[in-house]
Amino acid sequence: MSEIETLVKELADKHGRKRESLIPILQGVVEKERYLSDEAMTEIARELDIAAAQVYGTATFYSFLDTVPRGKYVIRVCKTISCSMKNGNEVIKAISDILKIQVGETTPDKKFTLLEANCLGWCHKGPAMLINDTPYTELTPQKVREIIAEYNRK
Amino acid sequence: MANNKPLKKVDLIFSEAFLNRDELKEVLSRSADEVIQELLDSGLRGRGGAGFPTGLKWKFTRDQKDPEKYVVCNADEGEPGTFKDREILDRVGRKVFNGMALCAGTIGAKEGYMYLRGEYRFLLPKLYQILDEFHEDMKALGIDFHIDIKLGSGAYVCGEESALFESMEGDRGEPRNKPPYPTEYGFRGKPTVINNVETFVSALIISRIGAAEYQKLGTVDSRGSKLFSVSGDTPIPGIYELELGMTVEQFVNEFGDGDTKAVQVGGAAGFCVPRKKFNDTIIGFEGVPTGGSMMLFNSSRSMYNVLHNYLDFFKEESCGQCTPCRVGCQQLFLGIEAVKRGEKPASYLDTLLKLSQTMKITAKCGLGQSVGNSFHSIVNNFREEMIY
Amino acid sequence: MENMVKLKIDGVEVQVEKGKTILDAARSMNIHIPTLCHHEDLCVAGNCRVCVVEQVGTRNLVASCATPAADGMEIRTNSLKVRNARKHIIELLLSEHNADCTKCYKNGNCELQALASELKNTEHMFLDLVERKTFTVDMYSPSIIKDDSRCIRCQRCVRTCEELQHVSALGVAHKGDRMKISTFFDRPMFEVVCTNCGQCVNRCPTGALIERNYIDEVWDAIYNEDKFVVVQTAPATRVALGEALDLPPGEIVTGKMVAALRRLGFNAVLDTDWSADLTIMEEGTELLTRLKKALVDKDPNVALPMTTSCSPGWIKFIEHTFPEMLPNVSTCKSPQQMFGAVAKTYYANKVGVDPAKMVVVSIMPCTAKKFEADRPEMRSSGYKDVDLVLTTRELGIMIRQAGLDFNSLPDEDYDSVLGQSSGAAVIFGATGGVMEAALRTAYEIVTGREVPFEGLNITPVRGMEGVREASMEIKDTLPEWKFLEGVELRTVVAHGLTNAKQVMQWVKEGKKSYHFIEIMACPGGCLGGGGQPIPTNAEIRAKRAEAIYREDAGKAIRKSHENPEIIAIYKEFLGEPLSHKSHELLHTHYVERNRY
Repeated sequence: MSEIETLVKELADKHGRKRESLIPILQGVVEKERYLSDEAMTEIARELDIAAAQVYGTATFYSFLDTVPRGKYVIRVCKTISCSMKNGNEVIKAISDILKIQVGETTPDKKFTLLEANCLGWCHKGPAMLINDTPYTELTPQKVREIIAEYNRK
Repeated sequence: MANNKPLKKVDLIFSEAFLNRDELKEVLSRSADEVIQELLDSGLRGRGGAGFPTGLKWKFTRDQKDPEKYVVCNADEGEPGTFKDREILDRVGRKVFNGMALCAGTIGAKEGYMYLRGEYRFLLPKLYQILDEFHEDMKALGIDFHIDIKLGSGAYVCGEESALFESMEGDRGEPRNKPPYPTEYGFRGKPTVINNVETFVSALIISRIGAAEYQKLGTVDSRGSKLFSVSGDTPIPGIYELELGMTVEQFVNEFGDGDTKAVQVGGAAGFCVPRKKFNDTIIGFEGVPTGGSMMLFNSSRSMYNVLHNYLDFFKEESCGQCTPCRVGCQQLFLGIEAVKRGEKPASYLDTLLKLSQTMKITAKCGLGQSVGNSFHSIVNNFREEMIY
Repeated sequence: MENMVKLKIDGVEVQVEKGKTILDAARSMNIHIPTLCHHEDLCVAGNCRVCVVEQVGTRNLVASCATPAADGMEIRTNSLKVRNARKHIIELLLSEHNADCTKCYKNGNCELQALASELKNTEHMFLDLVERKTFTVDMYSPSIIKDDSRCIRCQRCVRTCEELQHVSALGVAHKGDRMKISTFFDRPMFEVVCTNCGQCVNRCPTGALIERNYIDEVWDAIYNEDKFVVVQTAPATRVALGEALDLPPGEIVTGKMVAALRRLGFNAVLDTDWSADLTIMEEGTELLTRLKKALVDKDPNVALPMTTSCSPGWIKFIEHTFPEMLPNVSTCKSPQQMFGAVAKTYYANKVGVDPAKMVVVSIMPCTAKKFEADRPEMRSSGYKDVDLVLTTRELGIMIRQAGLDFNSLPDEDYDSVLGQSSGAAVIFGATGGVMEAALRTAYEIVTGREVPFEGLNITPVRGMEGVREASMEIKDTLPEWKFLEGVELRTVVAHGLTNAKQVMQWVKEGKKSYHFIEIMACPGGCLGGGGQPIPTNAEIRAKRAEAIYREDAGKAIRKSHENPEIIAIYKEFLGEPLSHKSHELLHTHYVERNRY
């Protein structure tokens, strides 16, 4: 059994094999693998006995269920108005400069992916971003540099 | 109402008055009729934004004969400019679960779910810990009610109640045709009460302090107090619990930076109130309703940029199933760009205004229906900024 | 009247059953509300919003297809508010639709085009979104072309694939402005679980899903003097072709179709009905042989129940979905492929044509037949047995292209040989028909008597229910079939792959036991095939079925084994059913495919 097969089976054992279990399983795979490969989705379809196109259709509906490879740390910078009013663009630019990648790209060492996101719910403390699940707020280019340095040390 | 009257700040939602087990027992031992009557008397309307009377929702669901019913807490707070539910969950999560238990006892549900937006996943450990205590209390009180948390994965439209059910059922979060409404056909096709995080807390508060006390706050159409998420050009951004019924003027006096030119009430799906209308616009169901999002813009801001940002958001977050919303959002977005660049004449804005009106009356769900709110109020009030 | 609701539409009162929609109510009084995503065969979607109407007293318009009629409702279907909104919605759809209609295969047969032509807008109201996006056209499938630039996202195809066929090769992917109809990972249809049934093509309102057409290739063959072009026509085409040429559903146009094909220039006009009779001889014998092996020889390796194998959509479906049950599928090729294999051997020899120079064209109610003809197994004549497959629709187009006035053509007869057929072959076109045809022959082989049904009409296997079970006790057998004495032959007929899946699931789980299963991939059988004229619905399919049984009843020969040309080919060429030669030419094998 491949690693993905094992993972999907474990997740299905945990969440069940009903249609309702689909999203928790997709989330579980993304948590571990950072994205949903075609192999992973095929395995999920098999495990839940639903059509692969439906697994794909469901996954692609949700911004956090990526279907292209992502880095170990996915950075999602809020692009909604209140964050952008607080110079959110500078934060994106700073990350982009530090990591030498554009929005949507992943560093060659597969460590970081830079994405934009819609409102993260930190409008009073913008600009905000998530690194995987952890929120960071009131960002400045300097602060971002420190945060990324910290992740780089991990 | 005197416009200079200071805002009345209230402290109900976050007050430390947690219910202990005995108090909870007392509240939960009330009859369903009592609870519903109290809610109806209180005038509480849903705090998510749409404002459906909470008592009626609970009553309709209780009246359903199906023995299988659900309580669902909508914690998919995604409206730009709203962050109060996160704060509630972070600070007084237990109150939300207690409110859900109150609802469950009233309508006769044994299972409850909280749909938490994926962006708030970091809250999970804390919430699970609170849930453990909650379930212990339920057990001790001999109440058969269990709550589980389902996590979203980044889709604004899932805040729409029927889309939320679809998502909970493992599908794309596409809104359903209505009728039937959730009170009849909700999660798993069963009668379901779905309320916003804050609504459950308010319902709990009402059943503790009584409708009469709660009624003292607010206006005839907008009873009580509610949380406001204040952001944008304000020196004091944050969460505030305020009595309903204030004018935008009063609000701006408190939160503005002295140069406020517009307030967006209700988020991207809400209304933009320009300075000249501050005075006679009431924040509430008689004026501009809001789920709590209050964004202030000062004169340095381009309202074109604001609208452009909202439309970019909507065209991405539309589920895409119905024509007016899927295509309409793209047309509005590209349309204002075309006018700004001079590729389309200024009069094209009128075509787009009519389109936004069509979206309002033909879209399948609240998302598509409300895109026109900000479009209409921004374009009409700041037309020059759209063109030049 | 408890079950009725009373409402007013456009000022006129109407009563409808509770549960009916506003659209149903309006249609019952002949008020036309335009629709796009709505289709009688599918669940309600309420997506396109073209059918919105005004409910007096409510601010928002309501989708008439998705809103139940209620007591006291007052509906306006044509108010200014409705007209303006509808205009916007159609304009929006046009703005995301590649509307170069003159370059579209569906030009003249497109529901969006029809709405636009009602609108009479000469200028686009909104920006063209198509030019701002990149679209790829999926042309890899031999059966179906998917052109996303023409898609209006009504999801009829998705619902068809899921509800009617339980295949879900197509789904909805992404959201917002990126939302699209997609296969798994947007792979070519050819690479996924698509069965090529073409039911999506039948229901697509625009040119987003169309059959891959081979019209030009057929014209080229016809005009190539080196080629001898033979055409065969499937049973269900003769009761539907008329619809593609302005005749009402339910007309039998066999004679006119033959006349038209001759005028198009085919060298020989032959009939798949002939090979349908041949199929019955082989398949009936195969069934009896399997029964004998099971009952007499107690052979544990013989697979029962046996299922039919005529429907190429069904074959691909079972290859994907129940590969472990492939031994249960009859090894008989479909009538199309039997015809091809015989045409380039027996027939070529008989008419003195070099099979290398022969082109076999078939007219099929089916898009999956195009895929079937391309299967590598289908070359037992030493050549590609069937060269080109056209749908009923494509033949309709060729007839128009040739300028023939179809309706005034005389009735003509098929050429011989490979042109004569029995009534049993005709009913192959309807669900239950293969079963009935097989029973007519098999029962007679076993008992020496005709099936005990009046006029040979085995009515229990007819009809339109999705799954129909029937059993027949075999009595007073001939001596060599003594082992079947008293056996109750249990059969089941299913059409539409959702029903097929259900039946196979029962069999797999041991919940039901049958001897013989007939499965057709398409609703109603081939008469409702993915290559048949558009539109399709239950009423149209019922009319086609009625025509098929009428054609059967009018035939001089009603049983496959009595077809003189069939008797002749066994005598002259094949020997007997399941002979070595038969196996070589008329039987095939199947391949396992991925389920997900």
